[in-house]
Amino acid sequence: MRFVDEFRDAGKAHALSAKITALCEPGRQYKLMEVCGGHTHTIYKHGLEDYLPEQITLVHGPGCPVCVIPMGRVDDAIALAAEPDVIMTSFGDMMRVPGSRGSFFDAKARGTDIRMVYSPLDSLKIARKNPGKRIVFMAIGFETTAPSTAMTMLRAAAEGLANFSVFCNHVTIIPAIKAILDSPDLRLDGFLGPGHVSTVIGCRPYEFIARDYGKPVVVAGFEPLDILQSIYMLMLQLAQGRSEVENQYSRVVPWDGNVVALRAIGETMELRPYFEWRGLGFISHSALKVREQYAKFDAELLFSVPGVRVADPKACQCGEVLKGVLKPWECKVFGTACTPETPIGTCMVSPEGACAAYYNYGRLTRQRVREAIRP
Amino acid sequence: MCLGIPGEVIEFLPDQPDLARVDVSGVRRVINVGLLSDDPPRPGEWVLIHVGFALSKIDENEAAAAMQFLEGIGQAYDDELAALQESRIE
Amino acid sequence: MNRGSPQPPPGTVREELVLERIDRARRSRPRVREERITMSHGAGGKATQTLIEAVFLNVFRNPSLEPLEDAARLKINGARVAFTTDSFVVSPLFFPGGDIGDLAVNGTVNDLATSGAVPLFLSAGFILEEGFPVEALSRIVGSMRAAADAAGVQVVTGDTKVVEKGKADGCYINTAGVGVIEPDLDLGVANARPGDAIIVSGPIGDHGITIMLARGELDIEADVASDTAPLNGLVAGLLSATPGVRALRDATRGGVATILNEIAKAANVGVLVSENDIPVRAEVRGAAELLGIDPMYVACEGRLVAVVDGGAADRALVALRAHPFGEQASVIGHVTDDPPGIVQLKTAFGGTRIVDLLVGDPLPRIC
Repeated sequence: MRFVDEFRDAGKAHALSAKITALCEPGRQYKLMEVCGGHTHTIYKHGLEDYLPEQITLVHGPGCPVCVIPMGRVDDAIALAAEPDVIMTSFGDMMRVPGSRGSFFDAKARGTDIRMVYSPLDSLKIARKNPGKRIVFMAIGFETTAPSTAMTMLRAAAEGLANFSVFCNHVTIIPAIKAILDSPDLRLDGFLGPGHVSTVIGCRPYEFIARDYGKPVVVAGFEPLDILQSIYMLMLQLAQGRSEVENQYSRVVPWDGNVVALRAIGETMELRPYFEWRGLGFISHSALKVREQYAKFDAELLFSVPGVRVADPKACQCGEVLKGVLKPWECKVFGTACTPETPIGTCMVSPEGACAAYYNYGRLTRQRVREAIRP
Repeated sequence: MCLGIPGEVIEFLPDQPDLARVDVSGVRRVINVGLLSDDPPRPGEWVLIHVGFALSKIDENEAAAAMQFLEGIGQAYDDELAALQESRIE
Repeated sequence: MNRGSPQPPPGTVREELVLERIDRARRSRPRVREERITMSHGAGGKATQTLIEAVFLNVFRNPSLEPLEDAARLKINGARVAFTTDSFVVSPLFFPGGDIGDLAVNGTVNDLATSGAVPLFLSAGFILEEGFPVEALSRIVGSMRAAADAAGVQVVTGDTKVVEKGKADGCYINTAGVGVIEPDLDLGVANARPGDAIIVSGPIGDHGITIMLARGELDIEADVASDTAPLNGLVAGLLSATPGVRALRDATRGGVATILNEIAKAANVGVLVSENDIPVRAEVRGAAELLGIDPMYVACEGRLVAVVDGGAADRALVALRAHPFGEQASVIGHVTDDPPGIVQLKTAFGGTRIVDLLVGDPLPRIC
């Protein structure tokens, strides 16, 4: 596969690994946060940590839009889906996320009509085919996905579709990063910036991290070599005492982002004054809702949504994992009460959640891994 | 949020300027290229696909530059290893 | 820490302790926590296994059922008989490469073949939806006849039921089958030993991806077709040419990853496979990447996973590749002694990761 396979070439990995190791100051520990859940997934899926020296710890950040949805919002979505004549459409990622009374899958088992889609446009197809039903699309994702929801609403408006609406749970990345930076628990040395969010928002929004907090940022792609190269670039900045925003993923990310996408978002959505993030609490201006002009596509206006705040189970430490304060195995319920079959929190359910990635892929200490693959 | 796959634009759909057929390793799907309306892709160009939309064009020059950097590092590493082998201080 | 758990000896890595906790939790008695059946219970992964062990095995418990192999091996009047059953609920009923009828025959034939049995006779039970076109039914039955002929078996008994419109998705089929096993043949995943080679008979994921695309919801066109095929000929060729075959499985629901985990668990061994050695068709890979799905968990319907003595791997490959259904047979990895019960993958990139059972079906993801 072009533009994929070349960036998975193991031959070049050793060289990068050596260069990264050479840049480590003796005795110094480095903590680099990879913000994006997709990076977490790649790191574990390809076994990237095997290529990094012990001195470098990768900290998993809150860039998993499924992981940060509070349980109450999942309950709201299920309540919406259970309304008469509603067909809810959702990405696969959401299907197993637990609300306080079960997940979408559990609701489906009880007879609620929830269908998986690959694209929000598929919801429009379902809406056209089922004029007697009301189709609600569960919109999740950061700025990467928001433009697609926006374009879908614009399309629905152009067609005069009367039976389609969006339950909007889009969140924005910068407030989350800021919450991490302001968190007293963390001392990070640098950031791997979210590659695909940046195709929309560009690289400028991260400048405040370098300028005001003095931390280097490298916008990183998602193939293993992209991540290794980005780590190398971060280490180089640290070794040279620089703190700048650099774009490793330049083949895909334009420095100024995608103006058409930003326009589409701006046309159809606006920032909520505040929104609750699982584990991070209420963050102001961190999430999107449907604009008034598009009210007829806003499920929160068309239906009455319970809106009950549900506290995380006491045992759940997702918040600390999301902030990178705890590694998955440091959570008290990891692997016992909280497993992929019986997830307590979203970090375990979401395919890119740090806990799920670690449990499903990375669950051996480096020591045992080395012994296991000894020839 | 993150799953984006590169695909090659094969053709536009007649009468539907926003829709193009792309190819990913022999698999074809119709996607919406409306987000690239400022600089629409041409057949043969590559785009990044996310949930049925093209988010960005893949800049082949930048991709080549990235590969060159990686190859350069790889070559330098091999050279160093070779030099290390040759000069053994006994 | 929980009260009552042992204090860590000084110097123990905290991570090690948690991993041990996980291992203990995994080995504890399975219990179905859900009140209702969900789609995950049918996917072939952890939820399915838990359901089988906690509900079915727990109640039916007997020595013939315990091994939970593809077929039960029974001694009847001195003969060793393999007996198996499988139900087919695929949608759509017709897809590139075959239809539900092909699956219904080949699936049961393969479960018998992987026990080392010569498949002989099948039963076929049909549950038909009111309104289902007779023409479609005839097509399906025609496919079953052709598949049975190709496999050398006969359908000797059957049953038909009709249910109201809205049930049975058109047509559900159950087939059961019997065959005879050679007296000295004892195949089973529990036989796997460190040093054994693990072989797959061809590219993986074809069937599952074909079905996903054929459902038409994803708007993806690709030149993929189901790999449904009767494997008894392939198995016979393998067994006659290769001593030291420990186990055979056909990789259906849950994919190759599930079989590897079954081997690791049943024999309490480790399994190490190499991503570069696992054959996957380019189109299957492309579709899987697009959807964010791992081909290792995607169902096949005509692929064998064989565990053979390390020294016999070459002979096994020759035997498999000589058969049209085994042309792309490859060694994908080996059985190791450590860590027991765990399947690991050496990625194409050179790192290592675990291949665990998924809870349910691999779901397309956007993240």
